[in-house]
Formats: sequence, structure tokens, C-alpha cells
Amino acid sequence: MNVTLFVMQCLNGMQLGVLLFLMAAGLTLVFGIMNFVNLAHGSLYMMGAFVGALVYNTTSSFILGVLAVIPAMLALAFVLEALVFKRLYQRDHLDQVLATFGLILFFNELIRMIWGPSPYYMEVPPALSGTVNLFGIPYPAYRLLIVASGLAVALGCYLLIHRTRIGMLIRAGATHRAMIGALGINIKLLNSLVFGLGAVLAGLAGMLAGPILSVQPGMGEPVLILTMVVIVIGGIGSIRGAFLGALIVGVIDTVGRTLLPAVLRGLFERGTADTAGPALASMLIYILMAVVLALRPQGLFPVRHG
Amino acid sequence: MVASLNFRALHGRLGCALILATSAALAPLVSQAADATPLKIGFIGTLSGPAGALGQDQYDAFMLAIEQKGGKLGGVPVQVVREDDQLKPDIAVQAAQKLIERDKVQIVTGVTFSNVMMAIHKPITNAGVLLIGSNAGPTPLAGAGCSPWFFSTSWNNDELHEAGGQLATDLGYKRMVVMAPNYQAGRDAVAGFKRDYRGTLVDEVYTQVNQPDYSAEITQLQASQPDAVYVFYPGGMGVNFVKQYQQAGLLGKVPLISVSTIDGTTLPALKEIAVGAITSSPYSPDLKNAENAQFVAAYSQKYKRLPSLYAAQSYDAANLLDAALTTVKGNATDRQALRQAIKTAKFQSVRGDFSFDTNQFPRAGFYRVDVVKAATGAAFETKGPIVAKIRNPLAQQCKMN
Repeated sequence: MNVTLFVMQCLNGMQLGVLLFLMAAGLTLVFGIMNFVNLAHGSLYMMGAFVGALVYNTTSSFILGVLAVIPAMLALAFVLEALVFKRLYQRDHLDQVLATFGLILFFNELIRMIWGPSPYYMEVPPALSGTVNLFGIPYPAYRLLIVASGLAVALGCYLLIHRTRIGMLIRAGATHRAMIGALGINIKLLNSLVFGLGAVLAGLAGMLAGPILSVQPGMGEPVLILTMVVIVIGGIGSIRGAFLGALIVGVIDTVGRTLLPAVLRGLFERGTADTAGPALASMLIYILMAVVLALRPQGLFPVRHG
Repeated sequence: MVASLNFRALHGRLGCALILATSAALAPLVSQAADATPLKIGFIGTLSGPAGALGQDQYDAFMLAIEQKGGKLGGVPVQVVREDDQLKPDIAVQAAQKLIERDKVQIVTGVTFSNVMMAIHKPITNAGVLLIGSNAGPTPLAGAGCSPWFFSTSWNNDELHEAGGQLATDLGYKRMVVMAPNYQAGRDAVAGFKRDYRGTLVDEVYTQVNQPDYSAEITQLQASQPDAVYVFYPGGMGVNFVKQYQQAGLLGKVPLISVSTIDGTTLPALKEIAVGAITSSPYSPDLKNAENAQFVAAYSQKYKRLPSLYAAQSYDAANLLDAALTTVKGNATDRQALRQAIKTAKFQSVRGDFSFDTNQFPRAGFYRVDVVKAATGAAFETKGPIVAKIRNPLAQQCKMN
């Protein structure tokens, strides 16, 4: 593989990485601050994709689709919190896992009832349907938009968390939960806010992924698993960890998929390499997670205390 | 089995005596009571997850055929017990056991994926239950691993891709890349393709099952600059791949030949994105025969979508059973008689001419079907049959009596 190709693959990996970051940011905050395991985060991603696709298909405006996803996800987050999650905050993790797993089944079935089991149509906005020439290889313009908007959201999150009062409270909540309650901060409101923010980011990830992926019931689960790996590697509760962890997972997964089979072909005969290559490549990020858990259980970029 | 047959015969005679003995007015009541126990048919398919639409098409088409015949097949009322295998072989085995032991079904149909079929065909046929596969056709089952109690209304994996390889050769592509998911049917796909493809294979790429993002593989593809690309990505994988292939600007430039990738289940999600793609398919909704015209009209009216190959094969399975059950006068308990009736059944297939080979897989055709622009966005257009010159002599490896 030459240098150009390697750079392109890193770009592909980054693009997957920023999508994972949008998912991981919400999940890691909810986990870190509220100590709440939300498996239904993938369903929020799916809902974002379907709501966005519906508005985009009816109005033919991608911008309107994005704008519709934000309030829709906020509303969904508040309803979910009021009806389900509020009752779960005080329960142990097993109860939370069970209840939110139930929500996954509920949302998948809801989507099947409304939109049917077949994938739903969603196109790249016409303005971005072309390709951009990068180092002599045409690259889809829309994927560059994903990278750009993901980085913009990451910057926004950084500013929000490190430069604003709300961000300060969120950080405080992640480290000294009881203390900020004692200082008279409305921790319930803070929880709702964090949860709403996470839901909006997940919805946006779904909306952005819609035009390149198949929009269908159950689309959230594979992404959820990768997101879990990201927050474990990055360190639970840390936005910085989510960002860097997502990029690491994205790049390793993508580059590994192309590099590993090629390397194995040099070592073994073709048939063996073709069987082992994809299987090993799909294990790479889980091996990384296992190594991180063994050597640095708090994650690579944990929340800094003190 | 013999005992129960005798009992049934005796029962029938008693029934006759009863009818003769009682007044004529009571007779309809008695015969209605006898009709009330329907013939149970088990349906196993992948109904949830990213590939759920495939099994749904099989189920919907099967139920459509039954509905068109007034809830009956071969004149007997049938009850279909539906099971979702979730594309997991272990769950499918449990479902099969439940159908056989608890529901006591005599026939099982459906089965969407080859790995599921490999797991459940033995438990079903060994229990003496007839299995009529309407999609998955793993190659071993068409050869040495065939069973007298297994029939298919689809194809075997090799055959499906031999047609694809032949099509690529016919189109004159010299350098090609093949891509498939890393599982049984994906490997069968590449093996089958290679058998009939005469050009050079630049690369074979295997991806994870249900992989969402193909950007890495597509970049690799652009670098190797093949004449054309051959892919096998059933279900949601196909939507992902074709979208990303088109967005990379490749669809107009490097021809895409696909099998089980762009079909009735995925075209609604792709529409114009897929225009220009070439497919090799055992079925297309625009095939010209009276049975197909009737089927497409009824199916699209009821389900508001065009039937896929999965739907077509399952519709054929229902009609096959209808013909066979008519021959045996609705008596499914004599398995040998029912099996003979299925082997020689005469019915109108939506795929054109249809008959069983000695391995109990159909001798049926394949077509080049293109995705073309239409008023609704995109539609399938049959460009003629594909005549495969080389066929794996699988049927000869099949020894059964």
C-alpha cells in the first residue's frame, strides 16, 4: 500500500471516528455524570436517522431535516426521561441494562410498525453528491462534510464543557456528584440537560449517517457496540476521551481492515489469509479494548480529578 | 406412523357410518368438524435485524398464495406457524425443535440464510418432516449432503453465482474484483463466480457480515482499477454498499454486477442511486408470464411494494405445495406419497419453466436484470436469460432413493 492510499484510509477512519464521537459524547456523559447505563442510545441514533429522512424526503431540504432532528430528539429525550429513566437512576446497573434493552426492542418494533422492515430511502443532498479529487483519488464530498461537522461539534462540545458555567457544572457532576447537589445546584435539571444533549448528538449522528448507510430498524445496535468500545478505551465520563477514543477506534478498524489481509497474504497462503484476515481485522478493536482494560482500566484519557 | 394411519382410516370409516346413520341434515356439520383441524406448516425465516426484510418477503408471499386460495392449499385449510430465526443458527435450531415437537408441523418452509439452513436441515429432515427451502440453498445440500426430505424452490449458491460469472464473461470484462461478506454463502459466491468467469480476478475481498461502512474497501478498489466489480451483499449490507459505491462516483465508471444485492427489498431504499447497476437474478418482477403478471399485481396491491426474488421463490413454494397436496387429496400423513407428488408436481412458476432435478433443486433460469430509470425513480428491466456453460455436476454427487 502506498502513502496516498494510506492517507485516504486514515481519512476514511476519521470519518467513521467522528460519527462514533457524536454517539460516544452523549453516552459517556450520561454514564459518567448520572452513572446510568443507557443501551437505548443506539435507538436514539436510529430515531434521528428516521426523523431526519422523513423531513428530508417530504421537504427535499437536508438543512430542514437537520433542523427538525434537534427539537425532535430533545422532545424524545425529555419524554423518555420523564416516563422511564427517572425511575431507573437510583436502581443498580443490571436493572438499567434490562430496562434500556427493552427500549431497544420497543423502538425497533415501533419503526417496523411505522416504516416497515425494509430499508428506508435517504439520499445525499444534491449539492454534495459529487466527489472531490484528493491526491488523484476521487473522494465523496459528503464524507468530507461528515468529517467537518463532526470536528465542529467536537470543538463546540469542548467550548461548552471547558468554557461555560453549564460545562463547569457538568464537569463537577462527573467527579463530585454529591457535592454539587449539596452546593444547591439542581442536579435533576442538570441530568435532563445532559441527557437531552446526548440525545441530540446521537440523533445528529443518525441523520448524518443516513445518506451513506441503510436507514432501517436495528441500525443502532452495531453502532452502539462500537460506541461502548470507544468510551471504554477513552475513559468513561470524559469528552476528550470520547473524541480521541473514537478517532483511534475509527482509524484502527478501517486501516486494519485493509492492511491486515494484505499483511497475512505475505505470511500465509492465499486461502488461509483470506479466511483469517477479515476475522482478525474485526477483532482488532476488541483486542485493543481488552489490552486497555488490563493495563489502564480507567481508560486512556480519563477525567482528571483534583 | 402405521398405527396412526390405520387409526385414521378406521376413524374415517366410523365417520362414514355415522353420516349414513344420521339424517342428511346433520351431515354438513360433521364434515365441517373434520375440516376444522388445519394442516400445520412451519415457517422459519429471518424476520428481524438488518436482513429482516428478506424473510418478511418470503412470509408475505407465502401467505398471499394461501389467501388467494381461500386459506387452503390443495383444498385443505392450512395454519402457518411463524418463527423468526434472527439470523442466528442456534435460535433457528430451537425454533425448528419447537415446530416439530410442540406444534407437530408436517412441513417446514422458508429459511433465508445459508448458515441457518446448514444448522436446521438435519434436525428437520431426520425428524421425518418435509423441508421446502424457498431461499437459502447451501451448495452441500445440492450435492453429497442432499436428503429425500429436502426440496428447494430457489437455487444452490454455486448456481446463482455461476450465472453471475457467466454474465461477467459474456459482457467481456477482463479484470474484475469480487466482494462478499465473510460467511458460508459469501464464500460459495466467490467459488461459484470463479468457476464461470474467464477473465482475471484482480482481488477477492471478504468483509464482515453486517458491516456498515465500506469506504476502506472502496478506496482499495479505486486503486486497483478493475474493469468491473462483482458483489454479493444481501439485505441492508447491499443498501450500504451501493450507496457508498455510487457516492464515490464509481457507479457510472466501473460497472457493478451484483447478485441478491439490489432486489425488491432494497430498491425502494436506493431508487435512482442504483440506476445503471447490472444484476444477475433468478427472478424479476417484469418477467413475461401470466402467472407472474397476476402475482406482481396481487402482491403490490396488498403490500404496496414490488415482489423480490425471495417473495417469488416463496410464492412458488406455496403453489408447489398446493399442487402436491391436491394430488394426494390433502393427505399429508403419507410422507412418501406427498414427496412423490412434490417431485412431479405441475404448477405455474412465476420464474417461468420449472421442474426438479434429481437432487430436488429446481431446473430454472437466471436473467440479466438491469436497474433503469422509471417514473417512480428506478425499476428492474430484464435484458434476457443467462445461459451458464459450465455447471458444477452437483446433482450426480447426490445419492438418494
